[in-house]
Amino acid sequence: MRFDSALGLESRKGPLAVAARFVVYGLMVVAFTGPLVGLLVSAFSKTLDPTSFTLWPDEFTLENFIQAGDKNVYLYLLNSFVVVGFGLLLQMLVSVFAAYALARKKFRGMTVVMLLMLATMMLPEEIIAIPLSLVLADLPVLHLNLIGTYAGMILPVGAWGFSILVMTEFMKEVPVELEEAARIDGAGELRIFATIIVPLCRPALGVIGVFGFTMIWDQYLLPLIVATESTMWTLPIALRSLRSDEEVGIGVLLAASLLALLPSIIAFLAFQRQFMRGLTSGAVKG
Amino acid sequence: MTSTVTRAGAATAPPRRRAQRARWRGPLAAWLFLAPALLLFLYFKFIPMVVGLWKSLFKVQTFLGDEWVGLDNYRTIITDDLFAAAIWHSVVLALGTTIGSLVLGLGLALLVEGPARYLWFVRTAAFLPVVTTMAAVAEVWRIMFHPADNGMLNVIIGWAGVDPQPWLASEHSSLWSIMLMSVWRGTPYDMMIFLAGLVGVDRTLYEAAAVDGASTWRRLRHITLPALRPVFWILFTLAAIRGLRVFVEVYVLTNGGPNNSSEVLMTLIYKLGFQKNELGVASAGGIVLFLATLVLTVIVQLMRRRQAS
Repeated sequence: MRFDSALGLESRKGPLAVAARFVVYGLMVVAFTGPLVGLLVSAFSKTLDPTSFTLWPDEFTLENFIQAGDKNVYLYLLNSFVVVGFGLLLQMLVSVFAAYALARKKFRGMTVVMLLMLATMMLPEEIIAIPLSLVLADLPVLHLNLIGTYAGMILPVGAWGFSILVMTEFMKEVPVELEEAARIDGAGELRIFATIIVPLCRPALGVIGVFGFTMIWDQYLLPLIVATESTMWTLPIALRSLRSDEEVGIGVLLAASLLALLPSIIAFLAFQRQFMRGLTSGAVKG
Repeated sequence: MTSTVTRAGAATAPPRRRAQRARWRGPLAAWLFLAPALLLFLYFKFIPMVVGLWKSLFKVQTFLGDEWVGLDNYRTIITDDLFAAAIWHSVVLALGTTIGSLVLGLGLALLVEGPARYLWFVRTAAFLPVVTTMAAVAEVWRIMFHPADNGMLNVIIGWAGVDPQPWLASEHSSLWSIMLMSVWRGTPYDMMIFLAGLVGVDRTLYEAAAVDGASTWRRLRHITLPALRPVFWILFTLAAIRGLRVFVEVYVLTNGGPNNSSEVLMTLIYKLGFQKNELGVASAGGIVLFLATLVLTVIVQLMRRRQAS
């Protein structure tokens, strides 16, 4: 007997077993994707009230998306892209730099730094939300007010412990010989970093890229604190204000929700392998 | 700075130039590369944490200046009925979501394990909830929870002959409804991690057990589950911590209502801090949440260690 899985289900070939499998897997797919498919279908249908939310296509219409324009939905979408664009760029740069130090250098205080990185993962934004809003309103020493600025939504996501740790683990595996060879050839620190280490870490860049994207895209509390003017709202926090509309009912909300969902789903489907890799690296901590 | 120092060193002692450069290159370069991360962490993690701890000891007043109140804010939290209820709701929600997702996730992982192509499709499809934007799915679920007879979930349970439920609209079911959505989103995540754990189980053990005539149940009980134990504890800790600090789900679905029946710690802290301007009490609430997270992590780590030995 051969086993490809713990239950050994695939070795049962009878018609009853096949039918049972079909039903179970079918139910699973429907249960987990149903709400998302429902959103997709309903966003393109006339959806006047919550009871017309449906899995079955009604008459196709783009009305919801047109109305969404009047409600500033595309402005919110643009805000989201600005925050995620700059935020992700910053986050990846910061992670790669920090990982280079942690993976390729030996220095006094490294253990402490490592512990600090781990400690930040124990400090999710929710726990420090209130004091963070005070700090953002008046940065110590610099005395800048970041409330109501894009920087206030971008800088706090700039350093993420998860990305740094994933990157560090990966960089440790780059053979030390390559680095030494370059050093003997007289290459400087930045040159080694930019031309040898970073290019070899491209797979890990994919991992922290896709995780960083979904992490920043999903930010809620931070923009809620920072974006005081509605013109700065990101799409997720704007959804609440779109709940009801006299002309298209919940249509605008559905269109906006779909726009809020699609980018991270697309990012996941496009970078699936990197995503699974990051997930199973055992370091995912919020 | 690096270059001036190295150049100075090189000028005074040419033979030691290499060693000198290497010494500076190591630690100093390391700190320079770390600087952006440390600076950002300092400003947006550590300083807020200290500020939170500090402000939790004050009655924070914007124009009158802060007034030292010692541990009064904490006393308020412990004695206040709203806080007690919120803490209880957070714990129930965290535990329910965690256990529900773990059990379902494990069951589904066992069902969809295997190399077949269609199983890959099922896994990918089922995983989608995990990567969705919380605020958007919560809006979708809020619509599905519509309490009228023709609300989507009520129609579905109607097929099974169950009476329509009020879901989010009732004090008795609001918390459970939120839990249902959280389990929906948490299960596929746990499933994927369990699947990764299942890959590591030695196939020859299954074969040996089958040759010995062990039933499927015994095989699971004695080979598969023990191999998954470390994965289980990691997932439990992560999910419980995530569950305790839940915010978006509740904020979007019910905002704590009706009648505070689904108020959790974070929604209460948010309201106190940003709507009632009770920043001191809200900061203390954040510290309590942090301590709860810390205690939970330590307990689980200790249990794990005891089980391992």
